[in-house]
Amino acid sequence: MSDLFTQSAIVAVVAGGIRLAVPLLVASLGETYGQRSGVLNLGVDGIMLLGAFGGYYTVLKTGSPWIGLLVGVGIGVIMGLVSALMAVTLKAEQGISGIGVFLFGLGFSDLLFQKWVGTPRPITKFPKLDIPGLSDIPWLGEMFFQHSVVIYLAFAAIPLSMWVINKTTFGMNIRAVGENPEAADSLGVSVSRIRWATVTIGGTLAGIAGAILAIDLGIFQQNITNAQGFIAIALVYFGAWRPLGIMLGSLLYGLVNALVLQMKVLEIIPTDWSDIAAMTPAVITILALVVVATRFSPPSALTKPFTRGA
Amino acid sequence: MSLEDVRRRRVLAYSVPILAVLGALVIGAIMLVALNADVVKGFSKLFTGAFGSGSALIETALKATPLLFVGVGITIAFRANVINIGGEGQMVAGGLLSTIVALNAPDLGPFVMIPLVMTAGLVGGAIWGAIPGALKAYYGVNEILSTIMLNVVAVQLMNYLLRGPLIDPLEVERGTRIPQTERLVESADLPRILGSGRFHIGPLIAILAAVVAYILLWRTPIGYRIRAVGQNASASRYAGIPVKRTVVLALTMSGALCGLAGAVLVFGSESHRMVTDGSTAGFTGSAGFNGIVAALFGGLHPLWTIPASFLFGGLLVGGLALQRAVQVPSALILALNGLVVIFVVSSDRFRKRLLERPPAVIEDGNNTAAPAATATGPPEATDPGGGDA
Repeated sequence: MSDLFTQSAIVAVVAGGIRLAVPLLVASLGETYGQRSGVLNLGVDGIMLLGAFGGYYTVLKTGSPWIGLLVGVGIGVIMGLVSALMAVTLKAEQGISGIGVFLFGLGFSDLLFQKWVGTPRPITKFPKLDIPGLSDIPWLGEMFFQHSVVIYLAFAAIPLSMWVINKTTFGMNIRAVGENPEAADSLGVSVSRIRWATVTIGGTLAGIAGAILAIDLGIFQQNITNAQGFIAIALVYFGAWRPLGIMLGSLLYGLVNALVLQMKVLEIIPTDWSDIAAMTPAVITILALVVVATRFSPPSALTKPFTRGA
Repeated sequence: MSLEDVRRRRVLAYSVPILAVLGALVIGAIMLVALNADVVKGFSKLFTGAFGSGSALIETALKATPLLFVGVGITIAFRANVINIGGEGQMVAGGLLSTIVALNAPDLGPFVMIPLVMTAGLVGGAIWGAIPGALKAYYGVNEILSTIMLNVVAVQLMNYLLRGPLIDPLEVERGTRIPQTERLVESADLPRILGSGRFHIGPLIAILAAVVAYILLWRTPIGYRIRAVGQNASASRYAGIPVKRTVVLALTMSGALCGLAGAVLVFGSESHRMVTDGSTAGFTGSAGFNGIVAALFGGLHPLWTIPASFLFGGLLVGGLALQRAVQVPSALILALNGLVVIFVVSSDRFRKRLLERPPAVIEDGNNTAAPAATATGPPEATDPGGGDA
């Protein structure tokens, strides 16, 4: 156990935690837009898987992680539009339609991977960026300021989302549509247009999250997300539908995962117990849901399709 | 609206999910073309592989069995306005508990063992359903999220148990360490019937479960409460119905049926043991999710879920034949499966609208009696999602 408290182990846990938090953070931020406007998109995991494969395959072919990320964006937009069509226009039961997207993403990404790639080959990762000056600080430098570029960008999306949701007209409309669509509608806000926009934003960020996940790991495999998309949805609840809360939640997750990983590396957790250790994120999520549910309530119109005059 | 109109609309309503499946298959065909596979050969295999021969029909019935259990379970939960996405985990929990019982109980002969292990499956699934039920009723935790997380917990639990405490001692001895139990006690094997060697009594148990669920939902006070809570929780509360307890009960029963599906999978399997490939789908064949589609197909009615499960089971068996015929990785099935879910769920609104509302022409007039005519008859078209409440 004492191995865990050495500098290298602690630094590895914190730095690793931040890295592992990023795909969750990005996907959760995206899901927040949809949920604040009253749409629960359960398909995040499937979109992440498609984004992950698209990103991986593009980097494999072009050698550029940035083009890979761009493909992740494109896949995210398309899947976001499809999700919006289902949830907003066709008013599909939101608890189930997303499961369809998940199954499709799980199967289709694996199908293309087996057909086009076969054996996993490593790819170029995102370039690392050591922040001048700060990265030289002992301990903290290695923890916070020696990451790849996308990680800084992902954290920059937090204040941006706070501003969009809380300070812009678009954000105000999102919140209005999520809390009281009838009132918003009577004031001339198009409920469906706002929801189309938010679900598409959510899909896009899920695609990006998947691409970041695969390109950051430099690899793709079947079900690479391992239910992270579902955890991202739960994190939106955990963070009480606020970007800052979501950041804290994602970081907590990343840290717990990194800690478990580090304890496995140091053989503090015997290999027999690795399956039990793998339960931790899901168990923490359930406990967190209980705590959050007693204090915060979701947007009033969450999961309720809107029909004018109904 | 004349009676004939009602009938015509109902027929149209039932063709909606079928059209949706065809839509999904069209997308599937486009995918096959893109992958340079022989589409015509593939699709002819889809139908012959599912319904084309006696053994195909048996395979379809066996595949339909877990779908029917889960579909009926989902229906009960839906009727209480609870969405149970946890069928996968509940199946695993039922499979595990029934396996543990079979491994530890003394051999008491088939007449005791079979009911015993089936009950264990029922209890395992019930526990896994009661947890999200209680969390929803007493803490307000969204059941969609909690059931998904419990799916994750269940699969890790299964992997741990089958790799560790429950592993076949022979696997340890040989050093192969395939995560599976030893061959379970023979007296717990589900009896094979029809002389095929494959077909067991599982499908019959599932049909029985559907009938019992139908009686429970429409002929008992418990079922009345479940449906009342699903229709209008606050009105039910004023009427003196214990809403919270009813919600827990609905999810518990839903889980119990999924657990039974898990037990039938274990004791009806060819290998007569529980095996894991590390994922839930490896054990359940995604029946925990597909059962939801079967339930929607069946209009959330236990009896209609019987033919719906059979059709959907056929689609899955046929999909497997298609995949083998055109030599595409089996992940195709999962992708097709997802497309079917997407199309069926997205088209559900049209089905409901056909069943619920009088035609637009009448809406303009002052005909208030018409809607009542459509709402009678077995496949009641209530809105389980409660979205319009």
